[in-house]
Amino acid sequence: MSLTQDYILSVHGLSKSFAGVRALQDVCFQLRRGEVHALMGENGAGKSTFMRILVGMETADAGTILFEGNELKSSGVRQSRRFGISMIHQEMLVVPELTVAQNIFLGREKKKTLFGFLPGFSDDRTMSAEAGVLLQKLGLNLDPDLPMKYLSVAEMQMVEIAKAISNDAKVIIMDEPTSAISDREVAALFEVIEDLKCKGVAIIYISHKMEEVYKICDTITVLRDGKYIGTRPASELDKNGLITMMVGREISDLFPASTAAKGEALLSVRGLSQVGKFTNIHFDVHRGEVLGIAGLMGAGRTEVARALVGLDKPTGGEVYFKGKLTTIKTPSDAIRQGIGYVSEDRKGFGFIPELSVVNNLTLSSLPRHRKGVFVNEKSEQSAAEEMIRELKIKVSGPDQKVGVLSGGNQQKVVIGKVLLTEPELIILDEPTRGIDIGAKHEIYKLITRLTEAGMAVILISSELPEILGLCDRVVVLSKGRQTALLSKEEITQETIMKHAMEFSKPVDLLLNEE
Amino acid sequence: MKETLTAYFNRSAESPAIQTKRIGKYGIFLAFILLCILLSLMTPRFLTVANLTIIVTQVSINALLAFGVTFVILTGGIDLSLGSMVAVTGVVAATFAHPDDYPLLVPIGVGLLAGVIFGALNGFVITRSRVAPFIVTLGTMTIGRGLALIISKGRPISNLSDSFNFIGGGHLFGIPFPIVILLIAFAVCSLILRKTILGRYIYAIGGNEQAARASGIQVSRVKMWVYTISGLLAAVAGIVLTSRITTGQPNAGVGFELSAIAAAIIGGTSTSGGSGTMAGTLIGALLIGVISNGLDLLNVTSYYQQVVMGAIIIGAVVLDGLNKKSS
Repeated sequence: MSLTQDYILSVHGLSKSFAGVRALQDVCFQLRRGEVHALMGENGAGKSTFMRILVGMETADAGTILFEGNELKSSGVRQSRRFGISMIHQEMLVVPELTVAQNIFLGREKKKTLFGFLPGFSDDRTMSAEAGVLLQKLGLNLDPDLPMKYLSVAEMQMVEIAKAISNDAKVIIMDEPTSAISDREVAALFEVIEDLKCKGVAIIYISHKMEEVYKICDTITVLRDGKYIGTRPASELDKNGLITMMVGREISDLFPASTAAKGEALLSVRGLSQVGKFTNIHFDVHRGEVLGIAGLMGAGRTEVARALVGLDKPTGGEVYFKGKLTTIKTPSDAIRQGIGYVSEDRKGFGFIPELSVVNNLTLSSLPRHRKGVFVNEKSEQSAAEEMIRELKIKVSGPDQKVGVLSGGNQQKVVIGKVLLTEPELIILDEPTRGIDIGAKHEIYKLITRLTEAGMAVILISSELPEILGLCDRVVVLSKGRQTALLSKEEITQETIMKHAMEFSKPVDLLLNEE
Repeated sequence: MKETLTAYFNRSAESPAIQTKRIGKYGIFLAFILLCILLSLMTPRFLTVANLTIIVTQVSINALLAFGVTFVILTGGIDLSLGSMVAVTGVVAATFAHPDDYPLLVPIGVGLLAGVIFGALNGFVITRSRVAPFIVTLGTMTIGRGLALIISKGRPISNLSDSFNFIGGGHLFGIPFPIVILLIAFAVCSLILRKTILGRYIYAIGGNEQAARASGIQVSRVKMWVYTISGLLAAVAGIVLTSRITTGQPNAGVGFELSAIAAAIIGGTSTSGGSGTMAGTLIGALLIGVISNGLDLLNVTSYYQQVVMGAIIIGAVVLDGLNKKSS
């Protein structure tokens, strides 16, 4: 096989501008059959634009895309799907009310004729049977007639992969496929990826998680500022080298060292329970301390946080704040007492996209800027601008709407909003999810600064390096129960994982669980 | 290191060039001006002080209702009971407005109070039951109509005092009094929306209710306010209308809620909440008034007027949709 034939996809000189702003500039990319090729770069590097062009959702201004040696003219999603390029979107594009089989065949239903003369009916039985075979091949024990809404995120993802395969996809693009699934499910996904690889399917893998990329990818291509930076075999590029390629400078000490002194217990949780979510949670958080909460997806981490800040009602147990028994019924109670919460669901619970950066920043602390019933805009403005400077939030102006900011800057706005309420305890739930490494580093430094200033931080994270790098102690949850409270010396990847899986028989965690 | 970091973050921000160009925001205003120019070219009777005064006077009731419902729609809700509230408050005020019965402040006060109670009940049921505002106010729309008929025993209440009739028919410095009320209401509503904490919370709830709640905003309390204000403004409209037609009519205001909602939407209030302005709503109400006045002057039958109005409402929503898409 000659070298040129080896590349299923080769892209040259691809450029694209939006309203005069260059999103992609002269990008090159070559994809071999049967390889897993990581596309890395920070938010705004142009990865999504590039992928959208590949699947025909956007048209390039210049450049060529050769697919199996033929030039791929931009011609819509349907066309590129027919060529064999499929994309599995980060935000799953499924129809929840339709069955698994109907989702797999969406847009190209098998047709049948009713009574021999009424055409245009969908042949559900054949589709269901074919879908069943397909799912079996992927090792999935899923009922093809089950409505999609009953599936977990991981299962939906598998269905999307099944859909791509049924399309005879030769190239599958996966955009952050592991951002919302548990470690076990990740393992199952990786098995499927290995399998696809052996069958000669090429995979473009977009992820912010370096561990994953090094685990499964053969080749890494980096984009920065819409420009092609380079392509390297994964085995020849170390983490620091990769970070340098992505950010264009070196980041040493990703997790800054803390000099915070541990003070008295600020929050004491005693036997906190919520029926059906978690039981008997027990821990203290001290001033100057970062307490981690670790566990698998669905272990109850976010639920505990939501109960602490009044978003949900606990059904049992006591919470002491500054030594006094407290009842927090609503988020506004929590804020008044000095507890701030940054939700894992930034879009859902974090900010108001239509409001400006300033208005979002002061949303929780607006009563501090009141002049009678009116807003004291001067004091509001100055408080917000100080926070913008402090957190280095990158905005074109204070009136810019938060909806148009990058994920990292949106997250900073949400954190800034909480900080402006001057909390003594801040609960950060997956604070670095989906944001790029530069912004992550900023947030890590901020956490350290906050504890050094005597605040207490509860950090909920699925990324073990974060827990290992930042936390003084770690509560581990499994299936709604607290399985460990680890001291600094005991925190290792192994102990956390061991306790995180304590109550789960391995079979419970398998993707094929009924 | 610090320098490069700052430079780095400077670089990663969206440039202002890709920020949305908001055509839609001023589009309705331009359409309004164009329409006025067009009409003044087509008929000499349009651009006269007398005619313009008539238009604004006629618009005032719809505009008052539209201001109220703008608050409601901004939070992502809807108020279908406006027309019934107009009838209830009008009938209640008329009951106390016979000559030499009570001082003028009594019918006004009682009428406004009726509106406030009605609106607050809307808000109470909506925030407590978590039933969709559409359903709740559909129910109270019917209840209100019934109440108006019960209070008036099904008959129009006439023989109202001259001082009461001044509200809808009198002039202040040569300006019809309904226009004065309209301008005051507009100023107050704009102020509430743009400058108060309540106004900010209204936008926040419409923009993302969950995030607003998580940010410590007491969503139920804000919604109570919004429906109460809507009731209060409906009462103002009800009193003006009753005074204008010098009768408390239990059948008054049927379908008014739809014109009011139309004015808000034509004026650019997003149907899903979170964006819109009082100025937009005022323009929306004026546009509706100008179109029906213009078609009258051009001798177009009122049947066609309804068709035109419907098309404009759809056009406005489409414009809103395009606007959202581009951002």
